[in-house]
Amino acid sequence: MPKVSALDMPDVPKGKLPEHLEVQRTRVVCNADAPIYTEPFHYSGAFALMGVDNSVTLESFCKNLKIEVIELTEDTMEFDMIGIDASLANAFRRILIAEVPTMAIENVLMVNNTSVIPDEVLAHRLGLIPLNADPKLFEYLSEHDTPNERNTIVFKLAVSCKKGSPRLTVKSDQLKWLPGGSELEMESPTPSAKPRTYTSFSRSQDSMPEFANKPLGVKHQDIIIDKLGPGQAIELEAHAVKGIGKVHAKWSPVATAWYRMLPEVILLKEIKGVDAEKLVKKCPVNVFDIEDVGKGGKKAVVANPRACTLCRECIRGVNEPQVELRRAKDHFIS
Amino acid sequence: MEHGSLTDLSSSTFSLIDEDHTLANSVRFTLNQDPRVQFCGYSIPHPSDNKVNIRVQTTGDPAKDVLKDALQNLMLMCKHVRTTFDDTVNDFRATEKVEHIDINSDR
Repeated sequence: MPKVSALDMPDVPKGKLPEHLEVQRTRVVCNADAPIYTEPFHYSGAFALMGVDNSVTLESFCKNLKIEVIELTEDTMEFDMIGIDASLANAFRRILIAEVPTMAIENVLMVNNTSVIPDEVLAHRLGLIPLNADPKLFEYLSEHDTPNERNTIVFKLAVSCKKGSPRLTVKSDQLKWLPGGSELEMESPTPSAKPRTYTSFSRSQDSMPEFANKPLGVKHQDIIIDKLGPGQAIELEAHAVKGIGKVHAKWSPVATAWYRMLPEVILLKEIKGVDAEKLVKKCPVNVFDIEDVGKGGKKAVVANPRACTLCRECIRGVNEPQVELRRAKDHFIS
Repeated sequence: MEHGSLTDLSSSTFSLIDEDHTLANSVRFTLNQDPRVQFCGYSIPHPSDNKVNIRVQTTGDPAKDVLKDALQNLMLMCKHVRTTFDDTVNDFRATEKVEHIDINSDR
């Protein structure tokens, strides 16, 4: 009997990987105790001995990439990415959180703060307030730059609670935008003719065409900044600059960004009758459903695999494997 | 910064400053797709320093050129993802006909 290589056997597909290896390459199988096949097969020569090319060329990547938007509102977005690797998807997630610039209050010049909240805590709270300003219209402010109308937004907060009146809550709508720049004067060594302020605006920001239609301000008007008792007052000026989330989380544009891999639920054998009903009941997110086969028989089918949260209820405590839970390594959803 | 041997240009370690897993993992992925690469990997010597060491060993070509090509590929891949994403979002907005949502249209 002549020796035949296992790869030349009649039932092995040529040029492609055999099915069980294809599952290992593209799917993470989630067993009851731990997931297996999690390592990505990136190396271009991984299957060279079998004659299969594992490389992903630029053309094939561009052809296979698909993006589908599920939901898009002003504050949230949910979309699917198909045909991309986990390393790129994670890089996008990390960049969204840490490296997309926004505007946030950085320097706070305190004139008067007699409230119960200390200066630095109040300044920290002001920094976390989200601002309605497009960072593309601004430049970064570095240490030796002077603050001018192209890199700073100036806000003013001047509130006081009169004696005899009830406690006053200072909300974010009291932050007034000063398009003409800072109003506080710096102390000059010589009493010169014109005192300098803390910013050098050459022109007022509301004369600039970008801000003419949309005045700058805070995004939400009802954020509580501080609470004042009778006789207390706050007077301060806040300067907002452009920054990225890596430096301080106040500059992160997203509340958070996350992804998960597309779940696949495979029924290893036909599940009928009472077993089918038990399986459907086990799943807390209704992944399975009952399909009526003729003569009153019931069969379990996978109705909604996308909802699977990997709670593993369907594979826990079962004697023989009925369900296999898998994740696709190149399909990322939310 | 490249640490390598003067005689053997096909293997060297590149030390990048101000980078982290974001770039290093993506570059490792694109490097692996190149058939000239025999081995590639990255490590972060200490999480407090912002440094990444990328090791490239090739089948003969200078490691510097292979890394440059991989970075170029990565840039083109990201550009393609961006254009696909923009097109998909524009199509979605056009089909949804949202009038009351105030999003910048130059996004």
